[in-house]
Parts: sequence; structure tokens; C-alpha cells
Amino acid sequence: MNMLIMGLLTGMLFGFLLQKARVVRYDKQIGALRFQDMTIVKFMFSAIIVGMVGIHFLEFFGLVQLLYKPVVLGENITGGLLFGLGWGLLGYCPGTQGGALGEGRWDALWGILGMVTGAGLYAETYPFLKDNILNWGNYGYLTIPQLVGVNRWIVIIVFIAGVLALFRWFEKKGL
Amino acid sequence: MAQKNTDTGSWSPYIAGGLSGLVIIVSVLWTGQFFGASTSFVRSAGMLGKAFEPERVKQLEYFIRYLPQFDWQLMFVIGIFVGSLIAAVWSGSFKWQGVPDMWAERFGTSPVKRGIVAFIGGIIAMFGARLADGCPSGHGLSGMIQLAVSGLIAMIFFFVGGIIMTRIVYFGGKK
Repeated sequence: MNMLIMGLLTGMLFGFLLQKARVVRYDKQIGALRFQDMTIVKFMFSAIIVGMVGIHFLEFFGLVQLLYKPVVLGENITGGLLFGLGWGLLGYCPGTQGGALGEGRWDALWGILGMVTGAGLYAETYPFLKDNILNWGNYGYLTIPQLVGVNRWIVIIVFIAGVLALFRWFEKKGL
Repeated sequence: MAQKNTDTGSWSPYIAGGLSGLVIIVSVLWTGQFFGASTSFVRSAGMLGKAFEPERVKQLEYFIRYLPQFDWQLMFVIGIFVGSLIAAVWSGSFKWQGVPDMWAERFGTSPVKRGIVAFIGGIIAMFGARLADGCPSGHGLSGMIQLAVSGLIAMIFFFVGGIIMTRIVYFGGKK
């Protein structure tokens, strides 16, 4: 099947679910960062634990291939922080803001324009960045089970238990 | 919160998130594609740049790495818009709005003010996402699902940056 059509269909399913859970909204995104409404965190971790079990199960039987990114502290930390600062201003994510526009929140258009500009700016400064912060603290391809030195299913079970405890706490606090 | 109960047509974030996890599993199984979004803004910037300065775009190393063309992920990001639009119109929650409620309560209803901040936020967020080599989809969902250390680090700093910025933006505001 054509990859472009598959991409569109997968995006449509995801966008439908994002909108249904109201995750795409500014008020929900910023609400989580202000510890007022944890809807996006609930959505995200629910997707993560289901996906985690399924993907590792399929990988165990050799049906799928893992495809994750290497640890590069300079990139992950400075980039992560910068993204967070911009996210706190914009209130939308790269993936979800198209969904925000889809439900009529047209201020997402400014965010989309800003992101295209930001990507262009990054491409322009990439040669300079590459020689400086990029690649600083490169630890290569590393997973949490490798880092801790235990079987991945133990990590998955502990992770799920932690997430469920977090969910319980959210519900108790009415977040 | 009382608002949640009156929001008809919305689904529990646990259910919608869990279903999204299943969509991710099927996507990886069928097409080998994990979710991501921020690379699409690089390709979009490249395509836009090609319209104005084709020679410049051809020279930039970053656009050679990420060719300015449609691919699975860009269609996925467009699909999110379409899927959200369908869900919003279908459930009657589509609302043409240029200033989010939470923002308006604090900074007034000027769409210009909101637009400027959203645009700047978008630039910073995307620059950070490219530096981090991923956004909450690529690092957050896909990285965490695969138990990648890079995903965990990036995700933590996305939230740290976001919490810092919302503290600044909504400083002294009521809880």
C-alpha cells in the first residue's frame, strides 16, 4: 500500500482520537504545565503503556523493528529545554497543532508558520551547530533496560505500575 | 472540574490514549513507521524555500538530509488535521476561535497579541525540537514506547522547559 496514503490514514485516526480526548487544545496543554488539568498526560501515558507492551511483544517475535534515536546529551537537553520554552508560549505541539486548527482554533496557524520558520532557521544554522553543541555527550543507542542492566519486561512492568499509580493520584486529586 | 462533564461528545483520555497506542502498534506492524511530527516542518520549510530560493535550499546540508518532499510523516501530520476536523464537526465541538479561553482570561481577547506570541513560540519550539531530534510525538510517544533513554531525557526537559515558561507567562496568576 502506498506509504503516503497510509500516512494520511494513520494521521486521521490519530487526529480523531486527539480531538475526541480534547488533547489538542491550548487550555489542555497549558493546563497540564500549570498542574491544573492532566488530560494530556493521561492520554500520552495511556498511549505509551499500550504501545510499549505491543511493540516489545511484536519485537520479541521478530515482527517489528525498533527504530529509536541515540542519546546525545547536548541535543536532548538543550533542544528539549528550548522546545519546552517555546511550547509554553505557543501551547501547541508540532503534531497536535494541526488538530487544533482542525477543530477551529485558528491561532494554531501562527504556530504552524512559526514552526516552519523555526525549521528553516535551524537548517541555516545547522552547519554551525554541528561543529559546536551537536554530538556533545554522545552515548549512542541506549535503552533504559540496557542502562539499568535488567530484562526489559521488568522495566515495562515497573513503568506500567508507576503510570497506574500516577493515574490513581490524578483521579484522587481531581486533576 | 465541572467543565469536563458538560463537554458532550468527548472521550476519556485513558480510552482515546489507549486506542492511539493500538494505532501506533498497527502502524509499526504494517508500515514500520513510528509516530513523529517535527521532521515534517523541515520538509515544509524546504518546499517553501524552494519556491523562493531554490539554489539556497539545494546547498543547505540539512535539506539534503531531509529532502523537501512529501513522505509518510508529512501526510501523517496533515491527516491529524483532517481527523480532528472530522471529529470536531461530527460531535459539534468545532469552534472558530483565535484566542484560547485561558489566554483571553489573562491577556485579553486581542488575536494580534496572541498571534505574535504563538508565532515566536512556534519558532523557538521547532528550533528546539530539531536540536533535540524530536518532539513529544517522536521522543515522547515513540521514544518512550521503545524505552529509549533519549526519549526519556527529551521528554523530561520538554516538561521542565514548558513548566518554566508557563510560570513566567502566568506569573502571579490565580491557581
